Amino acid sequence: MAGSYGRGPLVNSLVFDIAHLLAASLVLISFVQLYQDRLYALLNTFALHSLALACSVAWQAYIQDAPHLYVTAAIALVFKAIVIPVVLHRIIQRLGIHREIETVVGIGLTMLAGIALVALSMVVMLRVTGDADPLARQDLAFALAVLLLGLLLMVSRRNAVSQVVGFMSLENGLVLAATGAQGMPLVVEISVAFSILIAFIVIGIFLFRIRERFDTVDVQVLDRYRGERL
Amino acid sequence: MPDPVALVLLIPIGAAALLAVLPGYRLTSRLSVLASLLTLVAAASLFVVERSEPGKYLFVDDLNIVFIVLNTFVAFTTSVFSATYIGHELESGKLTLNYLRFYHAMYQMLIFAMNLALVANNIGLIWVAIELATLTTVLMVGIYRTHEALEAAWKYFILGSVGIALALFGTILVYMAARPVVGEGSDAMVWTVLIEHVAGFDPALLNVAFVFLLLGYGTKVGLAPLHAWLPDAHAEGPTPISAVLSGLLLNVALYALLRFKMLLAGNPGAIAPGPMLITMGLTSLIFASFMLYRRADVKRLFAYSSIEHMGIIAFAFGMGGPLANFAGLLHMVMHSLTKSAIFFAVGHIAQVKGSQKIADIGGLTVTHPWLGWGLVLGVVAIAGLPPLGIFMSEFLLVSSTFAREPLLAIPLVLGLMVAFGALLLRLNGLAFGEPRGNTAPANASYVPMFAHLLLVCVAGVYLPAPLVAWFRHVASLLG
Amino acid sequence: MALIADFLVQGLQMALVLIAAPLLTGFVRKVRARLQRRQGPSPLQPYRDLYRLLRKDVVLAESASWLFRAAPYLIFAFTWVAASLVPTFATGLMFSWTADLIAIVALLGSARFFLALAGLDVGTSFGGIGSSREAMIASLAEPAMLLIVFPLALVAGSTQLSTVAAFMASPQAGLSVSVGLALVAFVMVAIAENARIPVDNPATHLELTMVHEAMVLEYSGRHLAMIELAASMKLLLYASLLACLFAPWGLATAGMGTAAYAVGAASYAGKLAVAGILLAVFETAIAKMRVFRVPEFLGAALMLGLLATLFMFLSRSL
Repeated sequence: MAGSYGRGPLVNSLVFDIAHLLAASLVLISFVQLYQDRLYALLNTFALHSLALACSVAWQAYIQDAPHLYVTAAIALVFKAIVIPVVLHRIIQRLGIHREIETVVGIGLTMLAGIALVALSMVVMLRVTGDADPLARQDLAFALAVLLLGLLLMVSRRNAVSQVVGFMSLENGLVLAATGAQGMPLVVEISVAFSILIAFIVIGIFLFRIRERFDTVDVQVLDRYRGERL
Repeated sequence: MPDPVALVLLIPIGAAALLAVLPGYRLTSRLSVLASLLTLVAAASLFVVERSEPGKYLFVDDLNIVFIVLNTFVAFTTSVFSATYIGHELESGKLTLNYLRFYHAMYQMLIFAMNLALVANNIGLIWVAIELATLTTVLMVGIYRTHEALEAAWKYFILGSVGIALALFGTILVYMAARPVVGEGSDAMVWTVLIEHVAGFDPALLNVAFVFLLLGYGTKVGLAPLHAWLPDAHAEGPTPISAVLSGLLLNVALYALLRFKMLLAGNPGAIAPGPMLITMGLTSLIFASFMLYRRADVKRLFAYSSIEHMGIIAFAFGMGGPLANFAGLLHMVMHSLTKSAIFFAVGHIAQVKGSQKIADIGGLTVTHPWLGWGLVLGVVAIAGLPPLGIFMSEFLLVSSTFAREPLLAIPLVLGLMVAFGALLLRLNGLAFGEPRGNTAPANASYVPMFAHLLLVCVAGVYLPAPLVAWFRHVASLLG
Repeated sequence: MALIADFLVQGLQMALVLIAAPLLTGFVRKVRARLQRRQGPSPLQPYRDLYRLLRKDVVLAESASWLFRAAPYLIFAFTWVAASLVPTFATGLMFSWTADLIAIVALLGSARFFLALAGLDVGTSFGGIGSSREAMIASLAEPAMLLIVFPLALVAGSTQLSTVAAFMASPQAGLSVSVGLALVAFVMVAIAENARIPVDNPATHLELTMVHEAMVLEYSGRHLAMIELAASMKLLLYASLLACLFAPWGLATAGMGTAAYAVGAASYAGKLAVAGILLAVFETAIAKMRVFRVPEFLGAALMLGLLATLFMFLSRSL
């Protein structure tokens, strides 16, 4: 696969390089998220993540000449990069949630697992998308990497808010994939649907007062209430 | 006369809007029943009305019509059941009027979402509809706002969202595979167009897509090892929702999987999806049947039984072929009817006893003969005793498996036997022996429960010829 | 005649790194002092220190073996060779075929090995602490360095510094995430390797934090001079590497004549000055981290290097 060192005409262009840069920075920021152990810092990196997504989507809209993608970019920018982090900040303050994040395993191990996941997603996506054009291939590979890193963030943190952040960054990866697949219908609708979903989650945290009800948003504590033991 | 397909969608969504604004619980519960009945009539009329050409977004074919009719039927009977059940919750002060209004509106919303997923001809739309259905059920699972209910809703929500995200990635990959053949734009997501051209798709891409779809929708189906949300969501939500979850929502997710399985089967280069379904199905069956032994909560017990039966159904569709597909379809219908009937009984029992703990319930056939014998009948049916409907489908499945893959039949039979033993053991404690708990008479609606059980009994003895012919035809469609 | 000229230019480079190294160290110290509103010693102070040390007697511990005495010269030699391999003002010099990234990493690794041995040799507790900490840092910094080398080598198709520099200067290089990541990771490794803040503080003798200084605590006189000079050259080496890999503008090529060499030398001096100022600003702005955080810091560099390699594979195989 990596045998050829010749670059195709598209691959060498600045258009491609910028798309590569933006998508790759999304993966990089996912790693930065994995590294965080404070809630506020995690929220800030998530805002950055969404900002990178907005840039990436806007660039795709420009390349593909698909104006409707600008809407998706705008949603990512306004809703996910600004509104959601600000609201979550408030909620954390209001509910007095602990600001330190408890991890399931050490951060170093998580990061290594993350690298393995990135390698896996690249190998898988490159192998199966042989015919597609390079831009879509790399976007899908990066998108899968972001998705898996989001999953990793969700499983490696015990705290509900950071799981939500993990879910949102996972979803950023999906939006990246959807915009990378050229001409895909319903992209805007899907990003709207996801925004609603996220709004639900955030409202859910606040309305159900997960903090008040559970004393802690630490999901492991919740397992006690399963009531399965005889 | 308006298009019944549109009616199947418009009635529930209109009812949801209406119920959200109307006050008064007697009126709303009756309205909910009425809307469900009208939806059922509209769905049934799909059989007789001439079908229009598959549209870009909606279509009806021989496969989904079975699902729609089953869906609307169980939705109707459950709405009858929930009228009494929820009325009791109001009297006992577990729910307030506002929540009640919310409940009925959400219930209709859920029916809308499930019907939309079933009639959608667009893989993107299917996805959106299942997401909507998940959201509404999450809200209803958490409706009691107790500690446990919130935990269950949260778990369901997070796992469901992850599943839905994986499914979307799979959907995008299917689009990527279709784009070079069908061309850019919305045509590349229309299922009927996809199935026509699927032979030309890139098989590698389809394979990966199916893995994501299987993981994504498989989470919703409750296949092990992605089932963790299911027992909690069943146990902590209102019982009508448990009935709808087990009886319908799992089927809808399975339906989405079946559609994609048909796509994969149409491509000669793609891997056979069967073995994956078989593996997950058998894992669910065996895992859940052993888990049945150690349940202390009656709703949780039947939730695990749902995992077990979804495993059987997935196994049947994974085996493929006319006989196994037939058995799978029949089993799905019978399971929906039986399981919702069991939940109807369990709901009333738990209300009377004020507890869901198996230890707090006993001797039901003495204290509450109607409920007790209903439960006995339901559990006997779900355990697969002859001559009831589930025995029929299980018998078909086991015999066809023995004929084709005798080695696979061993774990299948083992799982069935283990589950059988566990269910009868628990049933013994619940229905017979020394009466335990509150013995006050129950204020219950028996009609939905016995209607379901009657259908199950009849199906075990006699299946009408047109129905058999129809199922055969659908089974051949599934490949 | 051409051979002699080539030889002269190569010799000039070797002399240059030897002479310029203390100046760079002094320059960084001066800038830092000014940033902290101190007058600070003259940039030439390191030369005076070296001269003073060279004249002083050596005090040896009783338990010191021959290794302890030989190590400073070995360290000095390894570092000098490595530093003079890196292109400074020109590429394609006489010995540039040996200027391989991996060879340089290996040379520096050997120098570090002897330093750590010397730290252990005397048997004092400080030397032991320093050596074990140094080994901890090295075990992360060296793989990270190799992982940084990979994407660069993949881009340019060679680990030859001259080739890499020539490629990076050409318009072909374009905008690459991998190279950007490699740059960040490289800077992190360079900071750790040169025992700068936040990994280590070269100006402190606080037992809790020191790494490099702990190992050389027992040295004195000309031995210490060798080690100090080697440390200065190492800093210069990393600055030159940074300049030639990531900012290869104005580099002369062999045989281009004196004028081009002069331009190369001037731009090299400019780059060193910029690097020195940036380093001083960075060191002033940031606080020293706990020793236990160092693996995390280097782990991040390692991670960035890995990511850079992965991304490079991705864009290669498209």
